[in-house]
Amino acid sequence: MNTYLSTVAPPTDDKRWKLVGATMRRNGYRRDGLIETLHTVQQSFGYLDERSLRYVASSLRVPLSQAFGVATFYHFFSLRPPGEHTCVVCMGTACYIKGAPQLLAEAETATGVKAGETTPDGKVSILTARCLGSCSLAPAVVFDGEVAGKVAPASMLAALQKWTQHDA
Amino acid sequence: MTLEELRQIASKEKESRQQFSHCLNVCMAAGCLSAHSDAVKESLVEEIATVGLRGSCKVQSVGCMGLCSAGPLVSVEPTGTLYQGVGPDDATDIIRGLSEEEPVSRLECSRQVPFFERQVAIVLENSGRIDPERAEDYIAAGGYEALIKTVTEMRPNEVIEQVSKSGLRGRGGAGYPTGLKWGTVAKAQGSPKYVICNADEGDPGAFMDRSVLESDPQRVIEGMTIAAYAVGASQGYIYVRAEYPLAVKRLQTAIRQARHLELLGREICDTEFSFDVDLRLGAGAFVCGEETALIASIEGKRGTPSPRPPYPAQSGLWGQPTLINNVETYANVPPIIRNGGEWYASRGTGKSKGTKVFALTGRIAHTGLIEVPMGMTLREIIFDVGGGIPEGRKFKAVQTGGPSGGCIPEPLLDMPVDYDSLAQAGSIMGSGGMIVMDETSCMVDVAKFFMEFCMSESCGKCIPCRAGTAQMYDLLAKITDGSATHDDLKMLEELCDLVKFTSLCGLGQTAPNPVISTLRYFRDEYLAHIEEKRCPAGVCKCAELSVAD
Repeated sequence: MNTYLSTVAPPTDDKRWKLVGATMRRNGYRRDGLIETLHTVQQSFGYLDERSLRYVASSLRVPLSQAFGVATFYHFFSLRPPGEHTCVVCMGTACYIKGAPQLLAEAETATGVKAGETTPDGKVSILTARCLGSCSLAPAVVFDGEVAGKVAPASMLAALQKWTQHDA
Repeated sequence: MTLEELRQIASKEKESRQQFSHCLNVCMAAGCLSAHSDAVKESLVEEIATVGLRGSCKVQSVGCMGLCSAGPLVSVEPTGTLYQGVGPDDATDIIRGLSEEEPVSRLECSRQVPFFERQVAIVLENSGRIDPERAEDYIAAGGYEALIKTVTEMRPNEVIEQVSKSGLRGRGGAGYPTGLKWGTVAKAQGSPKYVICNADEGDPGAFMDRSVLESDPQRVIEGMTIAAYAVGASQGYIYVRAEYPLAVKRLQTAIRQARHLELLGREICDTEFSFDVDLRLGAGAFVCGEETALIASIEGKRGTPSPRPPYPAQSGLWGQPTLINNVETYANVPPIIRNGGEWYASRGTGKSKGTKVFALTGRIAHTGLIEVPMGMTLREIIFDVGGGIPEGRKFKAVQTGGPSGGCIPEPLLDMPVDYDSLAQAGSIMGSGGMIVMDETSCMVDVAKFFMEFCMSESCGKCIPCRAGTAQMYDLLAKITDGSATHDDLKMLEELCDLVKFTSLCGLGQTAPNPVISTLRYFRDEYLAHIEEKRCPAGVCKCAELSVAD
């Protein structure tokens, strides 16, 4: 576990790279800080693109293949930018038993995209989660980071409609 | 920090609370928060200011009170009144109720019901009672006394002896005796040693660890520190899911406060013992709940498991001796040290001591978090504590242990809940998720749901799991859409055997369990799909075909 000093310059002068740099520094530029650093990238930029993976990999002296391997292995990391709004349908067991599949189907029909995709105009992403741990509120849906419990199809469609209409 | 200093903090905290004649505890754990308990708290604070009770009435954020389905929950101290389904508009009535000493009956939730009366709180003793973001509150509830007693009065082997005596077994699911594990790491050669807390609660339908971390994070840190003293470790890691942002935030706060109070860091209590804890965020991989995969993930790699032996106790994180326990296991440690191993062992059954926290969910009246003594029967848990099945429907099965567990049918409900009975019934204790299903659930569909989960969570390292789960999923999909034959069923059963006995890690070895257990107890449902192209519960698509016919 040698500590290196990074000599790699960030890809742009975007201030968000400073946050990424701070995470790497906090972990002493050690290779085991890779996942922590990717978390910061995703938090700051919303997703991981090739440029950020190259930057992080070379800064931490990790082979690019390993950085890409980690980025694709973990479900939490996304290689595509998310939509302006995100609707995450929880597909944990409790939600599944209480009608999450129907909710997801309704969301897919309403937006015309499948789970994991974003509408062509970049407005709405429909996503699924393994389990939010909000099982007592099943079925749960996260609208733009806010958990809603005991969601009925009608209230979900209303929320989706608000996003698409509001900006139209 | 000495015991006197700690007690000073505690008495100062208690004194400052005595200024107030009433304290309103508002649940701020994830469940009630998603029902907007933060707005409730705000309006209570405003109302108190409006009526000029600021000096005598305090509003405090607390953790989970258990009955999540009735949230937002507010409890009143010292009367003990519990309010359910509280909205911001109810603040006026609640505050008026305080001054008139008459509880608001329309919001009142009785504590004299089996849901509360049948529970025994050890892990959750502070949950819903203390402010999880204030270490002083934890200390006032007796927190950190066990740690100070440990490092100043006990030798490491005495700590391990007490934990062994308590009969505590790993609460992550496998039930390995905790004392034995600690002893192995303590004896292992090599330095430094590490202590890891597994908070990667991946089982869908389980939220025990999340609740403990959100409601009482200091307890987990205290438990880990005691463990570190016992095994001779100097650095700890808590590997927590990134999907639990609130738990992460409260852990960060708790670690910072513990460091500030010098209960973490160098030379704790002026002894030679130094220990610090860092957080590591998971990134959404179920397999990382497996200990060797979790270690790989902490090292910044893909979370793929490695063959055991060597066990982490010998060669774990960075090749060093490593102790890994689950959140609930560590949370049990401080009371065991405080009260002695025998006290803990006086609860529970022959081979499963103490209590267990369960997350009750699905088709059940009282969804939420419960802690009951080991050995309580499933029927008591579901029908007494859980309040039974709502809407007059009929109980069909209870799923324990998540994707590694099984479904238990009605005739086995009188079985006591302990590690060995559940294993005999073809399920496992697991981490404590308990999902109740009624007649509206199709058991083949449930098996398919879990197989889809295991298929996409398989890390791909070993072939039986990677290819086997995909084949099993395809066969289950064939059964549910009504196109399967008896040969497919035979193939499915053969694959269950193969994947179970030849996979590398726990994920693959237990992936067939939901299929095996549903085949054992609900074979008729499989046969109805195959022979009659009919889904008895009306869930699967083949049901639509038969209606059309």
